[in-house]
Amino acid sequence: MITPEDQAAIRLTLELATVTTLLLLVFGTPIAWWLARTRSRWKRPVAAVVALPIVLPPTVIGFYLLLLMGPYGPVGRLTEELGLGHLPFTFAGLVVASVFYSLPFMVQPLQTAFESVGDRPLEVAATLRAAPLDAFFTVAVPLAAPGFLTASILTFAHTVGEFGVVLMIGGNISGVTRVVSVQIYDHVEAMEYASAHWLAGGMVLFSFGILLLLTLFHPDRSRS
Amino acid sequence: MTIEARFRLDWPGFSLDVDLQLPGRGITALFGHSGSGKTTLLRAIAGLERARQGRLVVAGTVWQDTSHWLPTHKRPIGYVFQEASLFAHLTVMGNLRYGMKRNGAAQRISLEHAIELLGIGHLLDRKPDRLSGGERQRVGIARALAVSPRLLLMDEPLAALDLERRQEILPYLERLHGELDIPVLYVSHSPDEVARLADHLVVMEGGRALASGPLAETLARIDLPIRLGEDVGVVLEAVVAELDRAWHLSRVDFPGGGLWVRDRGLTVGERVRVRVLARDVSIALERLSDTSIVNTLPATVTAIGDEPHPALCLVRLDAGGTPLLARLTHRSASALKLAMGRRVWAQIKAVALIA
Repeated sequence: MITPEDQAAIRLTLELATVTTLLLLVFGTPIAWWLARTRSRWKRPVAAVVALPIVLPPTVIGFYLLLLMGPYGPVGRLTEELGLGHLPFTFAGLVVASVFYSLPFMVQPLQTAFESVGDRPLEVAATLRAAPLDAFFTVAVPLAAPGFLTASILTFAHTVGEFGVVLMIGGNISGVTRVVSVQIYDHVEAMEYASAHWLAGGMVLFSFGILLLLTLFHPDRSRS
Repeated sequence: MTIEARFRLDWPGFSLDVDLQLPGRGITALFGHSGSGKTTLLRAIAGLERARQGRLVVAGTVWQDTSHWLPTHKRPIGYVFQEASLFAHLTVMGNLRYGMKRNGAAQRISLEHAIELLGIGHLLDRKPDRLSGGERQRVGIARALAVSPRLLLMDEPLAALDLERRQEILPYLERLHGELDIPVLYVSHSPDEVARLADHLVVMEGGRALASGPLAETLARIDLPIRLGEDVGVVLEAVVAELDRAWHLSRVDFPGGGLWVRDRGLTVGERVRVRVLARDVSIALERLSDTSIVNTLPATVTAIGDEPHPALCLVRLDAGGTPLLARLTHRSASALKLAMGRRVWAQIKAVALIA
C-alpha cells in the first residue's frame, strides 16, 4: 500500500519536476532560440555542452555539482557569502541539479521547433513593425507552441525519472530530498516488494501515459 | 519624393552593385532573371539584408548610410513576399491587424479600404490553411497595405501562383495602381506583369542595373534592346477615344496619334495600355492608302541600331513624343535611305491591348 512516506515522496517528485520545468522554460528558451538562429562558430560547442547530460552518467554530473556547490566549491562559497548556506542535501540543490540534468530535454525540442518556424515569419513580423522581442513573443512562440508542449512534457518526465543525480546531491532525506525513485530503491533494499510494486507500477503507467500524450501532441510535420 | 538606393554587397558567388535614383510614385518594376539580384536589392531596401556599403534615402529620410541603419521594423514599408507567408496561428483578420495596430504613423489606408480593395471581406474569420493560393496572396497584399506604407515592396507576388490565380490577382494590382498614391517597387521576371503594371523599369543582370528609366523610354532603347518575353517592343499608355461598334473596334489615343484595336468591351475615357512589337511595325516613306493596315502614324526616325542577326536592324521612331520601335532588314533601311531625322510613316500591323 501507499504509505505516508510514499505520498511525501510523490509530492516531492511532482514539486521538483514542476519547478524544474518552469525554470527550464525560462532559461532553456533563450538558449534554444540562440542555437536555432545563430551562425556563430560557438554554436556546435554550446550544443554539445547542452547535450552532455544525455550521455554522461548521472553520477558524474552529481559528483561535479556536489564539488561546485559544496563548502569548498565556488558556487558553495558564493551561496555561503549570500547567507543561503550550502545547496547539497536541500530541495534547492536538487532543483539546481535537475535543471542541469534535464537541460537537453528542454533545449533540443525547442531548438527544433524554432528552426522549423524559420526566418520568414520573423521577417514578415519585422515588415509589419514588430520589434524583435515583440516578434518573438507574438510570432515565434505561438508558431513553436507544439515544441514548447513537447519540451515541457519531456523535461517533466525526465526529472520525475532521475535517480543518480538526486542521490549524489540530495541524499535520501524523507520529505526533503527523497523522491519516488529513491523511495523505490529503499523499499527494495528493505525487501518491501509490495510497496515497491505500487510505486514502480505507478511509474510505468505514468511514463506510458506521458509517451502516449506526446504522440497525441506531436506536431504533424507533413501538413504545410 | 524620390528613392536613392546605392548598395554594394559581396557574397560568395554573387555581388550586388547598384546606384539607382527611383521615382517616388507609380510602380517601378525590378526586372531580371533569377539570380540577377532584384530580390536582394528589394530586401536591402527593406532592411532584411544588410549591405555593408550602402546609402538609402527615401523621400529625404536616410534609412541607411555609413552611420545610420534603420531596422526593418522602423521603416515605413509594406512588404509582400513571394509566398504570402501569412501567420498560420492567426486568422485573416488577425493577420491584417498585426501590422496595423503596431503602426504608430497615421492610418492613411483604412483596414476597410484594404479589405475592399483586395476583395477579402468574406475571408476574415478563416485561418490561412483554409484559403486558396490566390486568396492567401490577396490577404498578404492587404496586410501590407494595412500598415499604410510610404513605400510598398512586392517580391514577385504572383510567381508562386498558377496562370489562373495570376489573372485573378492582376486586376487587384491594377486597382492598387490606380487608386492608391503609394510608390511600389515590384520585383518580377514576368514580361506580362511588367508591361501591364510598370511605369518605371529597372533591368537587372548579374547584380547590376543595366538600365533604369520610364517604361516606354527604356523599352525603346535600341542600344539595349530589352526583350520582354519573345520580342522587342514598346508599351504605350493610351485612352479609349472612340468605339466603332459595327466593326468591333476601339480607337485608343496617345500623344503620338490613335490606334484601332479589337474591341474588348472598353468604354470611352478608360485608360489602357497597348503593346506594339518591333516586328509588327514597318516603315513607308509615304502614307499608303491601298493597304489592309489601318494603323498608320507619322513619325521621325531618331536612331538606327543593330539586331543580333546581321540582316536586321532596329529603327527607333518618334511619333509625337512617343517612342516606337520597328524591325526592318538592313536592305530595306538602305533602300528607303532611312537616316536620323527622316520623316516616315509607321505602319503598325498588330497592336496588343494588355490592360
